Amino acid sequence: MAGVTVLDAVRVRKDFPFFARGLIYLDSAATTQKPTMVLDAMRHFYETSNANVHRGIYSLTHESTEAYEGARKKIAEFIGASPREIVFVRNATEAINLVAQSWGAANIGKDDTILLTEMEHHSNIVPWQMLAKKTGAKVSYLPITELGELDKNAVSHALKQKPKLFSFTHISNVLGTINPAKELVAEAHKEGVPVLIDAAQSVPHMPVNVKDLDCDFLVFSGHKMFGPFGVGVLYAKRELLDKMEPMLGGGDMIKQVTFEGATWNEVPWKFEAGTPNVAAVVGLGAAVDYLQALGMENVWKHEQKLVRYVYDALKKDAVVALYGPESRAGVISFNLGDMHGHDVSTVLDQLKVCVRSGHHCAQPLMERLGVPATARISFGPYNTKKDADLFLDALQKAKKVFRL
Amino acid sequence: MIDQMYQEIILDYYRNPRNKGSLPHPDIVSHDVNTSCGDEIAMNVLVKDGRIGNVRFSGKGCAISLAAASMLTEHALGKPLEEVAKFNKEEMLGLINIPISCMRLKCALLGLKVLKLGVLQYMGEKLEVEDAN
Repeated sequence: MAGVTVLDAVRVRKDFPFFARGLIYLDSAATTQKPTMVLDAMRHFYETSNANVHRGIYSLTHESTEAYEGARKKIAEFIGASPREIVFVRNATEAINLVAQSWGAANIGKDDTILLTEMEHHSNIVPWQMLAKKTGAKVSYLPITELGELDKNAVSHALKQKPKLFSFTHISNVLGTINPAKELVAEAHKEGVPVLIDAAQSVPHMPVNVKDLDCDFLVFSGHKMFGPFGVGVLYAKRELLDKMEPMLGGGDMIKQVTFEGATWNEVPWKFEAGTPNVAAVVGLGAAVDYLQALGMENVWKHEQKLVRYVYDALKKDAVVALYGPESRAGVISFNLGDMHGHDVSTVLDQLKVCVRSGHHCAQPLMERLGVPATARISFGPYNTKKDADLFLDALQKAKKVFRL
Repeated sequence: MIDQMYQEIILDYYRNPRNKGSLPHPDIVSHDVNTSCGDEIAMNVLVKDGRIGNVRFSGKGCAISLAAASMLTEHALGKPLEEVAKFNKEEMLGLINIPISCMRLKCALLGLKVLKLGVLQYMGEKLEVEDAN
């Protein structure tokens, strides 16, 4: 592994076998590549410790349980939580659905308001719309400014209406907007409003501490933070988890089962029905080790350097339309002249540059921006200045193809 | 490959679309969305003597999907509904006549799917999944 104090992307890149393909990968907001360390940890688990967890008396089951619970501990420490506050789910989407169906169903009723923002990913909209449909609650959306930021007055005003929950994204996957999460939580709590933070785009790229944020719920996905697909995390304050009903029933989530009924296991296991994706959890634990060795401050600073460099270059180009604020995370949404994002992405693809295009699972935001789609680049610690330059060159070629 | 896909003619149909808009009192109104990419196309048709008397398309999407839809309207104009109902993927690709990658196939075929959907509904038939692809 790259033992770095200041992040050297050229060295970091060597930890990721994927780059042997020679692609310029600029879609880390969709999913990140995986370091050897993560792949090795999963392989090692299957080769040496594979057994079901929390079951069996033979020593191998103890080993697999240790691996699984050990990863929980690492992930908890990584975000400043206690292990019992970490629930493993499939992804950030499932984590939000769990909160909606469990906590939401018990605490949000007819005519109550669920407060979201206009910059949410579908994963932080649809579960609440589903809950609202069931309970008769209302979903309301905080407007964003022309720059793609939350308006402070609008936030204060909306929170004074005492919504039952305020759920917002820490970093917009489209605009790169960094919401002032700590301030927003403090303001919500002043009004007695609990807060859920969608941290899918922040936990992989910056230091995040749930104690410091004081949020009630926080969710993220493993595959966006150099871990495998199929594992995500719900963090919730212990007292909330204790009171919440499980979403899924089955094995492992119970204390005792009779023909008449069942009692629940303790948290977090009461939310983890059935055999979990143990290898993915182990892989996510290794991803956390990897990120901690890089240093989240270093990751953040590196991506900030890249995003500033590319943003400034794009800003000078009259044909490029940019969306979102100047100060942002490592995400840039743009359009090239009158061309659709898919056309831009298709041409860049031919030049080995992987760029996302479309609505980015944020159709209401696209509507708000008044565009059907954008192209989007996003960075990871393995992206170099050379990647940025190759992207900018490719964009010039795309302009020629489109006669712009 | 890049230059081939975005030939002058595709960009021309994208930037100066033929038959774009809607029709007053259309006999056929049809609409669909590509869920994977968000592209959206609507077709309005006036039927005259069992043929496509007039046709307009509207929507939002990439150059490939909008140019293809526009070309399709020109091709379909005046043709009997039975014939339009039988248009297939190969004919559509022949019409736009550019190399289409598998990722963009759905874009190229969205207009066709919408037009066929409308025509078949008008004729009292259902669009089978195979026909749509």
